[in-house]
Amino acid sequence: MAAILPTTPLETAEPHVHQQTPPPARRRVAPWADTVFAGLARGAALLTLAMMIGIIVSLIIGAAPAIKQYGLGFFVSSDWDPVQDKYGGLVMVYGTLATSFIALLIAVPVSFGIALFLTELSPNWLKRPLGIAIELLAAVPSIVYGMWGLMIFGPLLGTYVQQPLQRLVGDTPILSTLFSGPPVGLGILCAGIILAIMIIPFIASVMRDVFEVTPPMLKESAYGLGSTTWEVVSKVVLPYTKTGVIGGIMLGLGRALGETMAVTFVIGNASQLSSYSLFEAANSITSALANEFAEAGEGLHQAALIYLGLVLFFITFVVLACSKLLLMRLQKSEGSRA
Amino acid sequence: MSATSAARMRMHARRKRTNAVALTLSLGAMAFGIFWLLWILYETARQGLGGLNLHTFTEMTPAPMSEDGGLANAIYGSLMMVGIATLIGTPIGILAGVYLSEYGRKSWLGACVRFINDILLSAPSIVIGLFVYSLMVARMHSFSGIAGAVALALLVIPVVIRTTENMLNLVPNALREAAFALGTPKWKTVMTITLKSARAGVMTGILLAIARVSGETAPLLFTALSNQFWSAKLTTPMASLPVVIFKFAMSPYENWQKLAWAGVFIITMGVLALNILARVLFKNKH
Repeated sequence: MAAILPTTPLETAEPHVHQQTPPPARRRVAPWADTVFAGLARGAALLTLAMMIGIIVSLIIGAAPAIKQYGLGFFVSSDWDPVQDKYGGLVMVYGTLATSFIALLIAVPVSFGIALFLTELSPNWLKRPLGIAIELLAAVPSIVYGMWGLMIFGPLLGTYVQQPLQRLVGDTPILSTLFSGPPVGLGILCAGIILAIMIIPFIASVMRDVFEVTPPMLKESAYGLGSTTWEVVSKVVLPYTKTGVIGGIMLGLGRALGETMAVTFVIGNASQLSSYSLFEAANSITSALANEFAEAGEGLHQAALIYLGLVLFFITFVVLACSKLLLMRLQKSEGSRA
Repeated sequence: MSATSAARMRMHARRKRTNAVALTLSLGAMAFGIFWLLWILYETARQGLGGLNLHTFTEMTPAPMSEDGGLANAIYGSLMMVGIATLIGTPIGILAGVYLSEYGRKSWLGACVRFINDILLSAPSIVIGLFVYSLMVARMHSFSGIAGAVALALLVIPVVIRTTENMLNLVPNALREAAFALGTPKWKTVMTITLKSARAGVMTGILLAIARVSGETAPLLFTALSNQFWSAKLTTPMASLPVVIFKFAMSPYENWQKLAWAGVFIITMGVLALNILARVLFKNKH
């Protein structure tokens, strides 16, 4: 019984199937291709993660001798002396932070102005060309900024800005310290200004993009109540896009911290700091790496430089991660409102 | 009545004044940005064209204080390393971009990769140099052109991933659904439908990536180093335009500085041309 049962439906069904024209044979070209392709794509994506982990691990391994030798005391010592094999990173960390701070001080208001101009003021036909011009500022290679800063901008800054400033402030207590030192142009101030020019396009384009996502309804309502353009931007657009704006500023900061060539050209490359003057030649983490790493033999010198690189990577990682999280938050809230 | 209306007028005038000041400042900021671009381009052209002649492209980098000489070995090295970097970085970048857009759009891994990639996009390029130094140079005990190319490739990848993903996300889902309805396997849909319709955008990304790495100096400083002579072998130190510019510009020798300006001019023009080409290409398509 049990043996017969399954055969009955088959017997009745079979002639029926044979009468039908068989379906065209499906040409499955390489059935494994899908798996392979998906695997490759996933592998390429995983490579990005591997790269990040690889960078962190290789920096930690490379810096290990210096970390063991100095620990966190590395950052309070300004003693950088390859001849006696003694290293402290205070000057470089200070140089990096000071130049980036000056850069933000200049770049943030300017970028805000540019974004405001591009979103609210500019006639439509000018928007695209002006936007591209600002983006091209980001495309100019940093070595070009460096060369131009060293040969053209630095000397002019020394003659037409720093010297008059020194005459102007004279012996005023704090200002005279800030503006002391040889007014030759190259130094922290020059590096900060050039960094500002370099990060303006990044901050400005993020600000422009987030300004543009402000719902027109909100802006038009404010205009309808009689607000001026400035009031609309400062009281409606800016509060609405706050997180995005801060994200853009953080992105610019991340760029400024890690910028190498332009800074190396104009910061003056002095591993010792003789005063807190803005005109003083100094060193940043990146410029120390660029100048010394290839010549540094294996050993403590190299490890100390890699330690600096590790710190730089850590700081930029945190700054960029914050920037990304802030921008993502704006995107999310935009999605929920839409 | 008249007192309040006068106060109102005063307030109105003040608001208008604030507005005018703010808008003027905004215009000023725009002019400030454009001013630097024009100044830099002007100086590059003025100083660069002076030092540029046929020898720049045919002769090797000279010794200090000598009369002639060019940048031939540096230009060759740059083309070589950027070329290899593009060949390595582009397929990986496109594949990863495909993963993010077609496979992992909502997955945990996708979100993770997207996040890390955006950080790598802005990470200091000199750190990439350090990474490749310990990965390749320290192991092979020699600076080499191939190490430089790998360092540049690592910078190409994030740019290509970002643009590929963005461009694939713009492709309407109906196209994918139509292909699947015809029984097309996924890999074929991606290769012949989605990637193809996003071609212009993906090309734009590749061009922008090339433009970005051709000007990169920092990652080459301790991977490819530099070489005063012609070196076609990838396992030896290799000259590149940016590194030679760096070395020559910081030197006190006039003939070196002049060549550095010529190099700056070549690089700037190349990079700007790539950028403009990328934008034209993209605009024609969208």
